[in-house]
Amino acid sequence: MTVSADGVSDPPETPQCYLDNTWWCAPYWADRQEELVDGTLQHVLLTVVSVGIGLLLAFALALLARRFSPLENAIVGATTIIYTIPSLAMFSLLLPLTGVSATTVVIGLALYSLTILLRNILAGLRAVPEDVRESAIGLGHGPTRLLFKVELPLALPVIMAGLRVATVSTVALVTIGSIVDNGGLGNLLLEAVGSEFKAQILAASVLCVLLAIVFDLSIVGLQRVLTPWTRTGRS
Amino acid sequence: MLSDAFDYLTDGSSWSGPQGIGAYLGQQLLLTAAALLLSAAIGLPLALWLGHRGRGGTLAVNVSNIGRAIPVFAVLLVLALGPVGSEQLGPFGRAGLATLIALVLFSLPPIITNAYVGVREVDRDVVEASRGMGMREWQVFRTVELPLAFPVVMTGLRLALVQVWATATIAALVAGPGLGRIITAGFANQRTSQVFAGALLVAIGALILEGLSVLAERRLDPMRVAKRQRS
Repeated sequence: MTVSADGVSDPPETPQCYLDNTWWCAPYWADRQEELVDGTLQHVLLTVVSVGIGLLLAFALALLARRFSPLENAIVGATTIIYTIPSLAMFSLLLPLTGVSATTVVIGLALYSLTILLRNILAGLRAVPEDVRESAIGLGHGPTRLLFKVELPLALPVIMAGLRVATVSTVALVTIGSIVDNGGLGNLLLEAVGSEFKAQILAASVLCVLLAIVFDLSIVGLQRVLTPWTRTGRS
Repeated sequence: MLSDAFDYLTDGSSWSGPQGIGAYLGQQLLLTAAALLLSAAIGLPLALWLGHRGRGGTLAVNVSNIGRAIPVFAVLLVLALGPVGSEQLGPFGRAGLATLIALVLFSLPPIITNAYVGVREVDRDVVEASRGMGMREWQVFRTVELPLAFPVVMTGLRLALVQVWATATIAALVAGPGLGRIITAGFANQRTSQVFAGALLVAIGALILEGLSVLAERRLDPMRVAKRQRS
């Protein structure tokens, strides 16, 4: 962007940082506030829905793998293969099925988080001590009550660790959804590539990282609330 | 659709030339190898040393985990337009260098985490016993900790390799090198079969690399080698 020699510029006056294309441009944040808020909201929504679906699927698959243990290796192996498919390729492969839509992004990202979550759910449940399980059965817990009242709470720290990794990586991966027009803040990034609009790139990147940090801290906070016993007895 | 993609992949002309699959495949392999070597050179000595000392590792793991939170796409854009790199630097110019740096940052977490945890989780009794036998610190590390930690360390490298290979496709979003270009070109020309073919190539490449590194890991594992030699 340049100003011609006779100094003609658009009325009303364009802020200097737009003309110089600097990384930091305060007027940009004000001018495009709506766009930034929309991008952030879409980013949050895509992340929450994808990880949520991934968590439900991972939970169901983990129970299946535990019930029919010969299936465990096959299920874990299949999800590992999913993880080796690059995000750009994943969205492209889903394109013929779901088209240019948010569904494409959600399916792809749910599959990625599924892999991380499944491993941690299985590891968490496996780490529940056998004595504890037997005592619960001895106390008359049925399989469902055993799972929800004893096993899951004890497995929660490991599951939450997986949830943190899955959520934080999903926040980063949502940006790639911009190739199918549904990338939250990634849309702003892709839009700025051609014009090399630095202020927009910096704004979207910073918001993205902040979002990841906010999600991570919220999950840590949630974990502290859900597992109060991990804090007792330590000083 | 599938047959169109198959036709595209079997057509000799789509493999040749500077915009052909062959050239992009070479670029992607070069990028992947360079990024993995660099991050192994940075991450492994640090993480192995911290693992041996048994201190400071948690901090290193947490710091490198920040790498997961930073979108590669954003890093790529900031670097591609940023202060580092020049049109001349490296075989693929600014976009190539930006991709390389982004990939190195991205592959550090699994390498550092696994190397640190691997050495840390070697049975402390075994380590103490080897010290008791009069081994020097370096010998303890070289002949006891490293061979026992090998599988975990290698798993980290393997994870990093597959992730780097897969993520290198994103370079295409800033017109950088690699197989992603086939996908983005397909998008631009509305040729879904080409997009599909590109995605297939990258996915198959990832599976082949994963398979090869599993084989290499089995061949090189010092514990397995020792077992083979004994029998």
